[in-house]
Amino acid sequence: MTELPTTTAKKMGLVIDLDTCVGCHACVISCKGWNTENYGAPLSDQDAYGAAPSGTFLNRVHSFEVQPKASPAQPDPAAQLIHFPKSCLHCEEAPCVTVCPTGASYKRVEDGIVLVNESDCIGCGLCAWSCPYGARELDLAEGVMKKCTLCVDRIYNENLPEVDRVPSCVRTCPAGARHFGDLGDPDSDVSQLVAERGGMDLMPEMGTKPVNKYLPPRPKDKLEEQIDILAPLLAPVTEEPGGFLGWLDKALDRLPGQSSSQSSGGSN
Amino acid sequence: MHPAPSVILFTTLSGLGFGLLAFLGLGYPAVTGGVAFVFYVIAYALAVGGLLASTFHLGHPERALKAFSQWRSSWLSREGLCAVAALLTMGLFALGAIFLDQHWRILGLLGAGLSLATVFTTSMIYTQLKTIPRWNMLLTPVMFLSFSVAGGALLAGQERLSIWFLLAASAVQLAYWVKGDQAFAASGTTMETATGLAGGGSVRAFEPPHTGSNYLLREFVHVVGRKHAMKLRVLALGFGFILPVLFMVLPVDSSLIKHLMAAFAVLSHLIGIAVSRWLFFAQAEHVVGLYYGRR
Repeated sequence: MTELPTTTAKKMGLVIDLDTCVGCHACVISCKGWNTENYGAPLSDQDAYGAAPSGTFLNRVHSFEVQPKASPAQPDPAAQLIHFPKSCLHCEEAPCVTVCPTGASYKRVEDGIVLVNESDCIGCGLCAWSCPYGARELDLAEGVMKKCTLCVDRIYNENLPEVDRVPSCVRTCPAGARHFGDLGDPDSDVSQLVAERGGMDLMPEMGTKPVNKYLPPRPKDKLEEQIDILAPLLAPVTEEPGGFLGWLDKALDRLPGQSSSQSSGGSN
Repeated sequence: MHPAPSVILFTTLSGLGFGLLAFLGLGYPAVTGGVAFVFYVIAYALAVGGLLASTFHLGHPERALKAFSQWRSSWLSREGLCAVAALLTMGLFALGAIFLDQHWRILGLLGAGLSLATVFTTSMIYTQLKTIPRWNMLLTPVMFLSFSVAGGALLAGQERLSIWFLLAASAVQLAYWVKGDQAFAASGTTMETATGLAGGGSVRAFEPPHTGSNYLLREFVHVVGRKHAMKLRVLALGFGFILPVLFMVLPVDSSLIKHLMAAFAVLSHLIGIAVSRWLFFAQAEHVVGLYYGRR
């Protein structure tokens, strides 16, 4: 039934840390790897080794350049590069579910995961039209709509070791930029993280109430401070030479004439 | 949005067909026998042909029957039900008119209502989408209905009426273009809200997630058709409304020429509406394009 549940027992979802994502695309590859051989139809590629390759992906990583505004403290701030993974946000008010004419799209009452029953999907594409986030892609080989399942076949899978019972993208992320949990529970780790870091919704004006949250990037360090990190390493180990060298140094200093300033750790 | 020929064909033809059915149901003209047969063949060919064309873009047309099940939430499902109800009701009405020389008034009114409801539900499929600001306007259903009524009047041979309806539809068309051009900016959705990254600064798409194209770009970021938008608008207005009105007001005596003029008017109107419908899709910008720095 494509009417949305009024409430869901849990709100399982992802928290994506834009501050730590390094843009390696490992989540993209592991997502495609797991989902092409598990739940539902495989994720096909078209012209994979040809001139114009394309394919179905449930998770894609964009990269954005953010130019912060100039301020008195930072008159000429450096641009920041933000890597931006994007997949289904498992919205509470999922427009993709209500537009579906066949009932193939549904939101689960028990955990809020939005899924597609592929044997009911007629491939009309209307759900993809209604999604502001581009989370749904029609598989060209199979003619059905594909989307993130939050790895529904991993997270409850007792055949897997407990550590693996998270979405494939979360398990794979080498930077720890992806977190999985119940966002409906205010005491859960993910909810705490969202509260602490000011987690945000994408396109809140669309009224979709996404479950997935994004943690904004922290401001970057200043360039000068970064170079200072090396300064102690470059400074001379002994500031004042002692013993015979110390006497020689002082004696030479007393001689008339220009002597070059003492070498220091400063670099040019 | 990608202007899929099947969907353009569907909305153009079925809009016209259901418009004609609405007029026939209302009794304009109150035809019977052989003449009625010709009218109903044209109306059903347009309406059913359009509906069939719309199934061409489905990934699994063989499962199309399932699309009747979700009328409680889905406008696409409601459209399917309305279309079938309208075709069945008007089918019964047509049988009475063709074979029994009868006009069952209530049935005709019901059929006319259902025909217009079908056009309305079609328009709501597009209107409901917040993701496409140019469609998410009150003027979208007004435009679909006014086109359907104008085209229906033209096909039903309502000379006087069709001129007024055509003029009204052209005014709606102009208003739709003016309002539509401002819709994306008015929606308030920007790259900043899409990414949440602004923080007082500016955001620029640096790298897309993939080197090639994908389903999203092919379906939602179609910029080719917009290049000639202004010329196409002039063509749509000229063929869709101005020429048909001219054909209808030309003073002619012979009935043969009159029929010929009416045929020209219908043909011209059909071309104009198809061009307008092409623009309806090609100029519609989906907010997902913002993630790619394109629209």
